[in-house]
Amino acid sequence: MIQGTTTPGLPRAARVATLLVPIAFLLVFFAYPVIAIVGRGLAPRWSLDLDPLGDVVTDAALRHIAWFTVWQATLSTLLTLAVGLPGAYVLARCEFPGRRVVRALVTVPFVLPTVVVGSAFVALFGDGAPLAFLGIDQTVAAILVAHVFFNYSVVVRTVGSLWSHLDPRPEEAARMLGAGRFRTFREVTLPALRPAIAAAAAVVFLFTFTSFGVILILGGPGTATLETEIYRQTTQFLNLPLAAALTVVQLVAIVLLLVLTSWIEGRQRVTLSLRAANETARRVRTAGARAFLAANLTVMALLLGVPIAVLVERSFDTPSGFGLDFYRALGEVHAGSTLFVEPVHAIANSVRFAVAATVIAVVVGGCAAFALASSRRRGLDALVSLPLGVSAVTVGFGFLITLDHPPVDLRGSWWLVPIAQALVAVPFVVRVMTPVLRAIDPRLRDAAATLGASPARVWREVDLPIVARAVLVAAGFAFAISLGEFGATVFIVRPDQPTLPVLVYRLLGQPGPLNFGGAMAASVILMALTAVAILGIERFRVGTVGSF
Amino acid sequence: MLGITDLTVTYDDFAAVAGVDLEVADGEIVCILGPSGSGKSSLLRAVAGLEPDAHGRVSWDGDDLSRVPPHRRGFGLMFQDHALFPHRDVRGNVAFGLRMQRLPRPEIDTRTADALALVGLAGFEPRRIRELSGGEQQRVALARALAAEPRLLMLDEPLGALDRALRERLVAELRTLFVRLGLTTLFVTHDHDEAFALADRLVIMHAGRIEQVGTPAEVWQGPANAFVARFLGWNVTRAFSDHVAAVRSDSVRVVEQGASPDGPIGEIVARTFRRDHFLLAVRVDGLPDDADPVQVEVTIDAQRVPDVGERVALAADRDALVPLD
Repeated sequence: MIQGTTTPGLPRAARVATLLVPIAFLLVFFAYPVIAIVGRGLAPRWSLDLDPLGDVVTDAALRHIAWFTVWQATLSTLLTLAVGLPGAYVLARCEFPGRRVVRALVTVPFVLPTVVVGSAFVALFGDGAPLAFLGIDQTVAAILVAHVFFNYSVVVRTVGSLWSHLDPRPEEAARMLGAGRFRTFREVTLPALRPAIAAAAAVVFLFTFTSFGVILILGGPGTATLETEIYRQTTQFLNLPLAAALTVVQLVAIVLLLVLTSWIEGRQRVTLSLRAANETARRVRTAGARAFLAANLTVMALLLGVPIAVLVERSFDTPSGFGLDFYRALGEVHAGSTLFVEPVHAIANSVRFAVAATVIAVVVGGCAAFALASSRRRGLDALVSLPLGVSAVTVGFGFLITLDHPPVDLRGSWWLVPIAQALVAVPFVVRVMTPVLRAIDPRLRDAAATLGASPARVWREVDLPIVARAVLVAAGFAFAISLGEFGATVFIVRPDQPTLPVLVYRLLGQPGPLNFGGAMAASVILMALTAVAILGIERFRVGTVGSF
Repeated sequence: MLGITDLTVTYDDFAAVAGVDLEVADGEIVCILGPSGSGKSSLLRAVAGLEPDAHGRVSWDGDDLSRVPPHRRGFGLMFQDHALFPHRDVRGNVAFGLRMQRLPRPEIDTRTADALALVGLAGFEPRRIRELSGGEQQRVALARALAAEPRLLMLDEPLGALDRALRERLVAELRTLFVRLGLTTLFVTHDHDEAFALADRLVIMHAGRIEQVGTPAEVWQGPANAFVARFLGWNVTRAFSDHVAAVRSDSVRVVEQGASPDGPIGEIVARTFRRDHFLLAVRVDGLPDDADPVQVEVTIDAQRVPDVGERVALAADRDALVPLD
């Protein structure tokens, strides 16, 4: 039975199931905790009490935190755009040897766990670091640089992909009508790129507004954001009502931001004529263009390459010369450590949690992707994307206050961590899989059917081979995200079962070169595991799917 | 006067334009006609200054323009598919070049209105580009190029994207307009009718080189070589003389067998209906297998049109043959 050519050839019952699984999962593990937070924030003792919320508004320290959260995100976004736009141009429009490699390398920072990014910049700016003389460790400057490092690829990919397909002839038309290079950029190119720039800016703002791991590790006194303050109020002061109130403020801000973004995107819809990317790229030949290209490649190498290189270098740079001492030390609990187990267990913990989270995320996200691909309903799309916008800290905090008592009592359950990680990974799985599923040409199914294939056979011969690749790619993403997940995990993980990111954070919080070296070594291991997952994705990638 | 001397455009190892020399006099309409891939668009872009791979000399009234950037050349280019600015309305598009010239606002408005009136779109200023039909977009693109009053107007396949009926009407309008404004015009097309109808002088281009230059009548009556003859739809054949000659299909007749004893005889291999005539393809006896069949026009008023498989005798007037070497 093939129902309409736009739906995957699945029976009706299966399609209902694919819709129910993600909805049920999101209701229990996302909507319920978020509603509980809002309840706690607005009515801590079952009656409306706006005192905690009022505190956020009246308390000077909290107001300062909210203001800092906004302006550091704004500045991070502007800086990322300023550095990223020329890079996007170079990678989109200039033909030079090794362009593909550079393009692939530039995206590496974005898939790195936030904790690795944090410790890489500690390695660069901290005590005894190569750039310690700048004196920006634990200041907002270090955070801004790390945010640019992390989000550079968002701008390069989002803006660059549009730029590389942008029809160059309106620009040439402007030149023929007497506009110089700069004038042409401002009057023709920039307006055409505006949707992509707005989208990139929105994503970067969202990521830096909810940035947690980077700020927790790199920041110092005076660089608290809403996210880190929620964490501090919860874990240090056990002030759950205030943490809930802060989360409500954060939620409101994010929802406003998302509404604003979609309003802006809806307003400036201009039909652009697009060309194949290879028609728009030009070889670099003038001296000026060469200098521009060289400058941008230098920025990429310094900004993106140096922190990672320094991180790796310092993981081997032990007090007794270059060696594996820091890696070996991960195998033992030494005196004075606040860790309960040998750090090396964190690797096994991380991998086990990540595998479980990947399975959950692929099942839930895959079902959602099927439901999305076979319908034109926008609502579900927004629903599964929500955990992406609502921060990991909210997820972790929500789990902490809701899932420890009936009706959903997972207190002490090993599954709490993988479920939280899966929740963070689901939007990415959906984003990877939906376009692939949507792109299956329905005529392929029709062709198979006319050639005598039964519906089940059609699914096996046509859908499955294409779906299988998308599942592998999605699984790779989910694994990498779960592996590096920090914001939610740090709230709910048991002290004797740390994951690698949690281990890195704890080691960095303890004094002594051995702890610092251990943090470097654990970061390198985490980076290597992430790299394996991402390289696996690249192998199975069908064309360029998904925008993340 | 536009001067082009030894112009070459090279992509990697491939020469899209290979050593072209050409002059366009003030007020002249010159058309470059050639099949797609012949290098005609590259030539136009090189004259505009948009082709960084161009070598050779482009000059205006003797002044070398090689180092002058496109926006200072004072040339207008109307692009294939128009390249209108999608984020601006009709006014924004047409006024763009005038704004670049830093003209005062009232003058910009007047000249924008004048240019739109000239192309028959008076009052279209506030319209959005995507609301326009193909023909209207084409006119806006023309108005945009004209409003800036370029000393040379270039057009790249200006009517390419339009349907046939519209194209035929616009060709006549364009020629009238160019002549009235006394514009020096250089345009490229692959469409014969367009080229012959618009141009004072034709340049036939092939594989980056100029094959023939002449008035439409000169080119149509005397193709310079086998390529031009074939490109214009002539037969290139040895069937009617000892040497290769070009002969138009409407100069060849089907005759009674035996009417001309030395005349070629052959078998009809294809018959196509073409509005007011049938076009027969005849494989002539005694010619090599790879020789082109001779195309013959037979009017539909003929008493009987022979069909595929029949053998026919052919004849052509001696003075209709153009000898080729």
